Amino acid sequence: MSILAVDGLGIAFGGIRALDAVSFAVPRGMIFSIIGPNGAGKTTLFNVISGIYRTTDGTLAVDGLDVTGLRPATLASLGLSRTFQNLQLFTRMTVLENAMTGRHRHESRAILGHLVRSPATRAQERRSRELAMACLARVGLDGEAGRLAGALPYGAMKRLEIARALATEPRLLLLDEPAAGCNAAETEEIDRLLVDIAASGITIVLIEHDMKLVMGISHRVLVLVEGRVLTEGEPHEVARDPRVIEAYLGRDAAHRLVEAPSYA
Amino acid sequence: MALKLSPAVLILIATVLIVVLPGLVLPSPYYYRVGALVFISALAVIGLNLLMGYAGQVSLGHAGFFAIGAYGTAILPAQLGWPPLLAAATGVVLAAALAFAIGRPILRLRGQHLAVATLGIGMLITMVLNAEVAITGGPDGMAVARATVFGFKLRAPETWYWISGGLLILGVVAALNLLNSPTGRALRALHDSEVAAEVLGIDVTRYKLVVFVAASVYAAVAGAALALFSGHVTPDVGSFLRSVEFVTMAVIGGLGSILGSIVGAAVLVILPQVLTVFQEYETLVLGVMIILFMIFLRGGIVPGLAARLTARLTP
Repeated sequence: MSILAVDGLGIAFGGIRALDAVSFAVPRGMIFSIIGPNGAGKTTLFNVISGIYRTTDGTLAVDGLDVTGLRPATLASLGLSRTFQNLQLFTRMTVLENAMTGRHRHESRAILGHLVRSPATRAQERRSRELAMACLARVGLDGEAGRLAGALPYGAMKRLEIARALATEPRLLLLDEPAAGCNAAETEEIDRLLVDIAASGITIVLIEHDMKLVMGISHRVLVLVEGRVLTEGEPHEVARDPRVIEAYLGRDAAHRLVEAPSYA
Repeated sequence: MALKLSPAVLILIATVLIVVLPGLVLPSPYYYRVGALVFISALAVIGLNLLMGYAGQVSLGHAGFFAIGAYGTAILPAQLGWPPLLAAATGVVLAAALAFAIGRPILRLRGQHLAVATLGIGMLITMVLNAEVAITGGPDGMAVARATVFGFKLRAPETWYWISGGLLILGVVAALNLLNSPTGRALRALHDSEVAAEVLGIDVTRYKLVVFVAASVYAAVAGAALALFSGHVTPDVGSFLRSVEFVTMAVIGGLGSILGSIVGAAVLVILPQVLTVFQEYETLVLGVMIILFMIFLRGGIVPGLAARLTARLTP
């Protein structure tokens, strides 16, 4: 069974159909990439899947369970986590506290225990700190644990968002342009990190513009254009599809490129 | 350094010193009175700081909950013959219940809308206190029965200095515990990014309500202490000006700083006493000083000074 099934999903904003009849399924353990030109609706799709936007148009299922219209916090409790293209870190908290916040769904919410710092709360805090540190180590930020998140360099902020999402112990991780704005070396690190995450059994749905990264690590690629699915397939199939090239570069350029066999 | 103390422990030690050291040397009951007023205000401001400074939710009606604590303590013994301490506890529960009831609809609002809505609540509470003359004594206020513990009447300023100081220390411990727990991280997280908090499984609506109720409990405990200490309450305890004063204390001391809440309360309680030497210019001088604090220590006194100190200490 697929871990994520999207069926006939649509959403409109003031008469503009941002997504229209989007359907796809992501099998477990895979790196599934979504590409498309700017404004194709990729981030909107993530916002619908993660419950930030709600729609009655189409259905969403996580692990066979219908989750259409559920709130983000409920989806998180089902093992879905995500990062944001425009960073959404807790900038006034330390790097460690950011990652520890990711542990929230596994922690006891009994406020009385928190108020008196009961032995159970202390033990839980220790455990949360250890697990959060492990997530930081995974993205190479364990040396920055005490720093304010807002004071980190950009590339490190991107990795901290991933660490915070990993701390929730997700089954399904949505990553919105994790390599955007990163230099070649940072992109290389992200590349290794994503492969490592997928190898640990977490399914990744990836939005990314860096084609080298996408084509290198994805098992399947879906192309979204103007809110619709243009095509879906293995990376090499998608890369050769003239419709994809056309969507990215315009008709004339696409014709020239396809005629020239040296491409791709 | 051989021993490295966590920031929370340092804040607690500082609070204990702020309470104990002056308590040993103050020369007259007048000073103990001022000290008690500082601690009582600081307690209310810590509650407001949890709400505003940490969770980022504005309130211009904090004094309303302060008044419920104070009037609960005043009315129940006068009307029903309850013991004052039981009345105080009931006042706190009532304030929490009211915060819980109105919190859900009101906390959907943000920023200035939330500010105006909380302002309305504060005004409603003072209106009721002014209007229900038969129960509250109206604008003239009412006397508060003295509390007795083991046959000992709590009335001397020195006694109230230590009681309110003890309450403040308890309030600081509870606030620090809360802030360094999953609840505290949830509150600070929703301040920085509600959407990221939701995605991590944090029920943002629930935590806004939690901190709103917690803030009202701090205010009501402080209000009850003020009523028992001063022996008289008037609707002024819940006035809009009082709410603004609490906000000013929190901002001057430092939003998101527990120690700042105490310093802010101390500044705004003690300065007017000191500035009486300026006679009719007292308010003017106070206003200018507040403006200067804001210009030169924008983040508030405690965070501002801490930042300067760290900048000087790090080479």
